[in-house]
This record gives sequence, structure tokens and C-alpha cells, in this order.
Amino acid sequence: MDLKLLPVEASEVERAAVATIFDHPPDAPGTDRVTREGLQEVRARRHLLLPALHAVQKQVGWVSQGALNEICRRLLVPPAEAYGVATFYALLSTTMRPPRVAHVCDDIACKLQGADELCATLECRFGPPGTPSANGQATWHRSPCLGLCERGPAVLFQLAGDAMDGTVAPAEVADIENVLNGATVPMPPAISTPQTTGTRDPALCLLRRVEACDPASLVAYQAADGYSALRRALEIGPAEVIAEVSESKLQGRGGAAFPTGRKWDAVAKAPATPHYVVCNADESEPGTFKDRVLMEEDPFAIVESMTIAGFAVGAEQGYLYVRGEYPLATARLEHAIRECRSAGLLGPDVMDGGFCFDIDLRRGAGAYICGEETALFSSIEGFRGEPRNKPPFPVEVGLFGQPTVINNVETLANVLDILLEGGPAFAGVGTERSTGSKLLCVSGAVERPGLYEVPFGTTLRTLLDLAGGIRGGKRLKTVLLGGAAGSFVSPTHLDTPLTFEGTQAIGASLGSGVVMAFDEGTDMRGIVLRIAAFFRDESCGQCVPCRVGTVRQEELLQRLARDGARPSAEAQLLDELAQVMRDASICGLGHTAANAVQSAVALGLFEGPTDE
Amino acid sequence: MSDEAKGQTLPLVEVTVDGETVRAPEGATLLDACRAKGADTPTLCYLETLTPVNACRVCVVELEGSRTLVPSCSRAAHPGAVVHTDTPRVRHSRKLVLELLASSVDLSLANGDMKRWMDYYEVDAEKFGPSSASTAAGDRDGRRPGHHHAPDGKTAETVAQPVKIHDEMYIRDYSKCILCYKCVEACGEDAQNTFAIAVAGRGFDARISTEFDRRLDDSACVYCGNCIGVCPTGALMFKSEYDRRETGEWNELQQRVTRTVCPYCGVGCNLDLHVQDNEIVKVMSPIDHSVTHGHLCIKGRFGWQFVQNREET
Ligand SMILES: Cc1cc2nc3c(=O)[nH]c(=O)nc-3n(C[C@H](O)[C@H](O)[C@H](O)COP(=O)(O)O)c2cc1C
Ligand code: SF4
Ligand code: SF4
Ligand code: SF4
Ligand code: FES
Ligand code: FES
Repeated sequence: MDLKLLPVEASEVERAAVATIFDHPPDAPGTDRVTREGLQEVRARRHLLLPALHAVQKQVGWVSQGALNEICRRLLVPPAEAYGVATFYALLSTTMRPPRVAHVCDDIACKLQGADELCATLECRFGPPGTPSANGQATWHRSPCLGLCERGPAVLFQLAGDAMDGTVAPAEVADIENVLNGATVPMPPAISTPQTTGTRDPALCLLRRVEACDPASLVAYQAADGYSALRRALEIGPAEVIAEVSESKLQGRGGAAFPTGRKWDAVAKAPATPHYVVCNADESEPGTFKDRVLMEEDPFAIVESMTIAGFAVGAEQGYLYVRGEYPLATARLEHAIRECRSAGLLGPDVMDGGFCFDIDLRRGAGAYICGEETALFSSIEGFRGEPRNKPPFPVEVGLFGQPTVINNVETLANVLDILLEGGPAFAGVGTERSTGSKLLCVSGAVERPGLYEVPFGTTLRTLLDLAGGIRGGKRLKTVLLGGAAGSFVSPTHLDTPLTFEGTQAIGASLGSGVVMAFDEGTDMRGIVLRIAAFFRDESCGQCVPCRVGTVRQEELLQRLARDGARPSAEAQLLDELAQVMRDASICGLGHTAANAVQSAVALGLFEGPTDE
Repeated sequence: MSDEAKGQTLPLVEVTVDGETVRAPEGATLLDACRAKGADTPTLCYLETLTPVNACRVCVVELEGSRTLVPSCSRAAHPGAVVHTDTPRVRHSRKLVLELLASSVDLSLANGDMKRWMDYYEVDAEKFGPSSASTAAGDRDGRRPGHHHAPDGKTAETVAQPVKIHDEMYIRDYSKCILCYKCVEACGEDAQNTFAIAVAGRGFDARISTEFDRRLDDSACVYCGNCIGVCPTGALMFKSEYDRRETGEWNELQQRVTRTVCPYCGVGCNLDLHVQDNEIVKVMSPIDHSVTHGHLCIKGRFGWQFVQNREET
């Protein structure tokens, strides 16, 4: 069939930007109709759509009709579909936009650190979000959590052209003005692991190399135990690797707590080939920043553990899908992948062990939903990041329809220790049902917010004490456990052990490891409303319960907050919404979109003083 | 269900629907089983001739052993499956799905099935408050993913927007769009292979769109009208029907439907000509036609306009 293109040509710069994603130079500009090649060929190129959109966005600052046309011509993608993909992502703009953009986090943790005041000032100086500056070179937007919650308010700078994107946190108005006026983004940011500064906690495993090992140096990584886990894997063979992982009872750290050994085993045994390994580094759950710290400070560990996963399940290709808002993590991982390739640790004959494995890094473009495993596959494949119905599960039908292991960054990082100490030793730490140690993202009203590693079973109280207790000697009001998809718990639950089963017992969940503390003085209504707005923004829009339900949920909360006129009527409707979203949505986003809201209402956090 | 699956030779799987044993051919869905048992299972995004997208979720049933409800239209009937179609949980979700749609979309021209289900589940469209006013032309098409204006809670947001009228063939009234994806599928791989329209945007701001919201006559559209044929809510409509509705001259009771074979080429598509006041006012095609499955091309769908125009001049 024919592909009808737009009657608009790309500029030279746009054409060159698109060409960078191909290994060969650009074709001569063609006519507005190209014949589509065989379906095989078309499918084979589609996965380049998001990288191509990124390339244009980066070089030009937005995706014009001409640029989209060029991408469609080269990739044989219908323009309507490419537009559908481009308009799915918050970091891509399909309308003209200034080249320098500040994305200012106004999400929950940053709200506790002055984000609202910062945004108000920006609004005075620059006008409402999206207003171009006087010289047309800069603008600002509000953003959901940027994964820098321990030191908000956070800002991501998206800069077109040769300038490097970057983040600043905590950010002041002057920092933002400087960069928007043309300054480079100051680097590198502080490390956020209080346990590694001063006297180091010798028990640290996952954070072992943080601040102790140069993240840019493969030699340093190897000197600090790096690649001894892969060596052991090569010695014992794939089946034994999976046996160790199963014996460790490692469970996924991405939120669903699925046994990793079972996943690997299923893919290793899947008859269909090829198999794929995907590392889920799309970390976007508000309040979560653990994967970012691991990727920034110990990038080789991610590369090594993905390689082990590939060896174990018989995959030759891995995909590392990194959140688009993480420029530093992306740069360090790209560097690590290159280093490993030239050292023979990735490629056709890894470690001279007779197996082939390589990693392709893909960047997200501003969509929380793409952290959902099947949405992530759609995103890599070049489609809208819409989740798919399960079953079939990824171990059978995953990336490109093939058996796929998908694991969270922290899950994979644990595999190194499992191979070095053995599965049973790993299972000896923590509790019977939650083994090993856990990274917890502590933010909000504590003295020393940051990333903490503790053995499973540590209580909430101990963790908050480790973080210096509640800031300014105030009283604790509530803790948000598990992020926006988690729930608020009351201070009466401080002795809850932080395990999968312990949090479940109090009707909460560990989720992605978020522990956000709120003190007595906090405007909890604003926090809960922000969570509701988050889900409304991040729903992919595919299914009715979530697409419309998240809108109605936010409206009802606004109504409650405004006049509290018929609180019982609103609460009843909120319950009805919660039930349909939980029961009938396609994916976890819809299933959990009412959790935090429901728990807040139940704890009376939404009642607050009314304007009497 | 494929033609094959309907055949008698395939092995049967036994499932239990509301306490009754139902035998369904291997490869059948839970929806097939529910319908075989006679349960009036609502569906909005499902159509026999299209790949299931399982997006609307109105067809959910309770499947024993499953934590959440499951979409019957796209879940295979496995041997021994025990399904409940009329529990409070199922009724709640179906009702709420319909209410969420009714509160955000103009369903005044929804097809008869949809109206029947709305009655059965006692849908209250006003439950979430009075509807918001219509947005300006282009507003919804220009929304940025991941951003929205905070609501004030006084009204329930809707997708109301001006009708898109770009030509004499058909109009697109997305105030009536439930985002069932059927038109996208009919335009794409499932029938037409033109890919003129796709879903753009995200969340509540998701919408059916051409690239950059270009006018239809400036897009890849070839005016086969297959999208009109599958649209369940009247969002996509023949201009001839739209104009008559606007002037109050649309009268289905006075219409005759004549089945004929399209004269334009040798394929032999069946046409259902809807005739009012001696004028052809729309052309549909039977969905059960073995070759075309209800799909046509511009000649069969709109060719009568030229016939009529020629007669007029
Ligand atoms: C809305 C949503 C967002 C998610 N985001 C992430 C994420 O950013 N990172 C992640 O590892 N898992 C995320 N998950 C969970 C993944 O779907 C999947 O369970 C996980 O990647 C599996 O890896 P694990 O077994 O190692 O945890 C998300 C799930 C949902 C429903
Ligand atoms: S639950 Fe929400 S995010 Fe998930 S598929 Fe449905 S609309 Fe998309
Ligand atoms: S008329 Fe045909 S080509 Fe045009 S949008 Fe509808 S299905 Fe696609
Ligand atoms: S226009 Fe009609 S067919 Fe297309 S998605 Fe909307 S309701 Fe469905
Ligand atoms: S960075 Fe602002 S809330 Fe996480
Ligand atoms: S009909 Fe099954 S999900 Fe829409």
C-alpha cells in the first residue's frame, strides 16, 4: 500500500537530526508518496520512531510537520500514527517551543520544599507556564516528580542544540533564570546517600560502591568486585545462575514483588526465540529516586547484571529503558556501555565466554505509564505507551512479541550479590518472605532525606530515626508509603516492619520504596489533590475506568476541598470510582489510582480546617 | 470468533457461565460463551470484524481465580473457566463505565444496543455533576500531554467541542466520541490499510486525529467511509445525514433500505441504500458479508452522490 506523507519538507537541520539515528547517510528527498515495503521491513524500522523523535526534539527544540514528515518517510510510518506517538510524551512538543525549557517539579515532595512558592515567582517573572520569554529563547513548564525528591525543589532543563540537558536541585529562582538566559547547567549534583558520607556503614551492599568508586571508570569498578559476578556465572552456567536467584527468593523491586527466579526460569525455558532482557529504568513513581542513584553512581553494575540475566535466559540483546528526565544517569550508562563494549564485556564474545550479549539504551520521553512493563514494550517498539492486557505475560509474549525478562534496576543490582555470596546467604538477610536488603527513598519532613539501604524487616520508626527524625522537632502527621500509587499510613503504624508482608498487613504496600514523611503543619489537601492530578495527567487514556475515573476523582476532591458541602455524597462517589478503577482498569495505574486518595480520606487527612 | 472456530469439527471447551455449563469451540472468548448462554453482555469497543482492543471495559465479567474482573471480549475461554456475569461487582463496573462515558460524552445518537444497556444498568449521566461547557475549536487538539488546568469541581468535564466539517462526504463530531478505537482499526490494519487517523494525546485528552489535526481532505483519507460504518455513537456521520438532522429533516421511519450490489467494480460488495424522499441519504454495507465484512470503498460509499448530482444537473 501507499504511504501518504505531508506536503511539508524538513529543514536541513531536521533532516540531519533524523539521519543521526541511521547508520547510513540520508536518502535523497523523495516524493510525497513512497511505496511501503514488506510488512517485515516496516516492523523492523518502527522501533526507531521514538529515537528519531528524540533526535529532532533535541536538535530543534520541537517536532515540526516537516520533521515528522521526514521521520515518516525514512521509517515508513503513517504520519497520523507518528503524530499519535509524538503527542503521547510530555518531553516532545509538536508545536513550536523555545529552545531552552525549564521543567519545574511541583509534585508532592517538592511541594514540601517550596515548589509552590518557586512556581509563583516564576509565574511573576516569566508569565504562566509555556509563555515564551521576551527574546523567544526560553520558557518554563510545571512537571511531575523528577526523581530528585530528597533535595527539592527540582528542575530539569531541556535544552535544544548542542547544550547538555541537566538538572538542578534544590533550585532557586536565580539558578533557573541563569540557565534560561544561556548558562550551562551546573554539574554534577550532590549524591543523596547519607549512609555513605562520613563514617560509612560497612553493611551496605547495594550502595557499596556509591561514593567509593568512580562511576566513570571500568578499572575502578573491576577493582571493587566488578565483573566477578559475571565470571562466577560463566563458571556455573545458566541453569545454576537461575537456581541461585531462585534460592535467594529475590522478589522484584519495581513494585509488584514477583519472584525473579520464576521469571528467569520461564524465559530460559520458553521455546520461542529470540529472548530479550529489558531493564526497567523508567523510575517515575512520585517520591522514588533509588534507581537514579544506582545508575548515576554505579552504572557498570547495571550493565553487568543485565549481562548476567542475558546469559541466564539465553538472550543476546538487552534493552535499557531509562527515564527521559534522567540526563546524568543516561550519560553515565551510555559511557559504561561503551567502555564495556571496548573491553569485550559486551559484544559477540562476552569475557571470552562464548556468548553474545549487547545492550541498547532507550530513553523515555515523559510518560509515567511507560514504566508499566507492557507499556514500556509498546514504547520501545515505536507505538504509543499503552499497556496491553495480561495474559499473555511478558515471559511468553513480551518485547517484539518474544519471551522477555523485564526487571527493575534495583532487582538486577541484587543479582550481583546473589552470585557472589550465593542464594541461600542472600535469603538469610531480611525476613522469611522478604529477603535481602531494600533501598528506601526517604523524603519530606525528615532531618536527613535521602536514599537508605536497610535489611528488610527494619521498622518504619527505625528508618525515620536513621533519617534524623522529623524535621524541626515537629510531630509526624502521616507517612506516604509506596508513592502516589501507595497509601498514607498513620503514625500509629510506626512499628510496622518494612517488608512486603508487613506493609500488606496494614493495608499498605512497599511499592517502589517510597517513604515520605509529613509533619503536623502540612496542607494535606494540597498534597492529595496533587496526587489526583498526577493520575489524571498520566493515565494513558486507553480504558474508560481510568481515563474518565481519574478526572472525576480529581473533580470530586476539588469539590470536597472547596465547600465540603455534601462530604458523604462525595465520599460515596469516590468509593464507587475506586471500585471500578480497581476492578475494571487494564493496568496497575488504574488499579492503584485511588489508593492514596482513599487512604487519605479514611485517615481524615482531607477534612482539615474549613474556612469558618 | 474466526470462521474456522465456528465450525463443528473443532474440539469444544466447557466453561461455566452463571452456573450453566456452556460448550464453546476452542479459540472462543468468554464473550462468545456468555452470548452462547444468552447473557446480554454489553460491548462497546468490540466488533466481530476487528481485532479486540479491550479498551472500554464494559464487557467485564467475574472469572473465578482472577483478582480483578476480566474483559470477556478478549479473554480466551479456557477449559473449566467459571464466569459470573451478573454479580454486584460486575454490575457496578458496567454501570460505572457507562456512567463515566455518559457524563463526559454526548450519547444522544448512540446505537440501540448502547441505549438498551444504559437503561438496563440505570445509568445516571448527571451523577458527577452538571456537564462542563463546550471547549473552543482546536482546544482539545492542542492540549499538551501531562498537563491540565485544575478543575474547580463545579462541573464534570466533557469532551464537548465543535463539529469538524471539512467536506461534503462526512462530518466528525468528537463530542460524541467514546474513544472505542473502532474507526482507527477500520482505517488501519483491520480493513482499509490507510492509517489516516490514529489516537493522539494522552489520558482524558486522548482523541482521534489526523497528523497535526490536519483537515480530512488534506490527510491520507480516501473517503472509504469504513470508519463511519463502525462508529457506534454517531460521532462519524454522512454529511447528508448530518445536514438533514440539523434542519430536522432526518426521518428514519420514512426511510427504505434497499440491498443491492455495488456496480462500480467486480468485487460484488453488498450495499444497503438508505433512501428518504427518493434520495439516497446514506450507504452502509452488511457486516456479515463474507468478502467485505461491512467495509466499502469511496465509490460504493459515496458514488451515489455523483449519481444524484449528475441527475440534478
Ligand atoms: C503505572 C506503573 C508504573 C510502573 N513504573 C515502573 C518503573 O518505573 N520501574 C519499574 O521497575 N517498574 C515499574 N512498574 C512495574 C513494572 O510493570 C514491572 O512490574 C517491573 O518492571 C518488573 O520488574 P521487577 O520484577 O524487577 O520488579 C510500574 C507499574 C505500573 C503499573
Ligand atoms: S488503567 Fe489507565 S493507564 Fe492503564 S491502560 Fe487503562 S487508561 Fe491506560
Ligand atoms: S473514510 Fe476511510 S480512509 Fe478516511 S478516515 Fe475513514 S476509514 Fe480512514
Ligand atoms: S469516532 Fe466513533 S468509532 Fe471512532 S473512536 Fe470515536 S466513537 Fe469510536
Ligand atoms: S522531584 Fe519533585 S517530588 Fe520528586
Ligand atoms: S468490549 Fe470488551 S473491553 Fe470493550
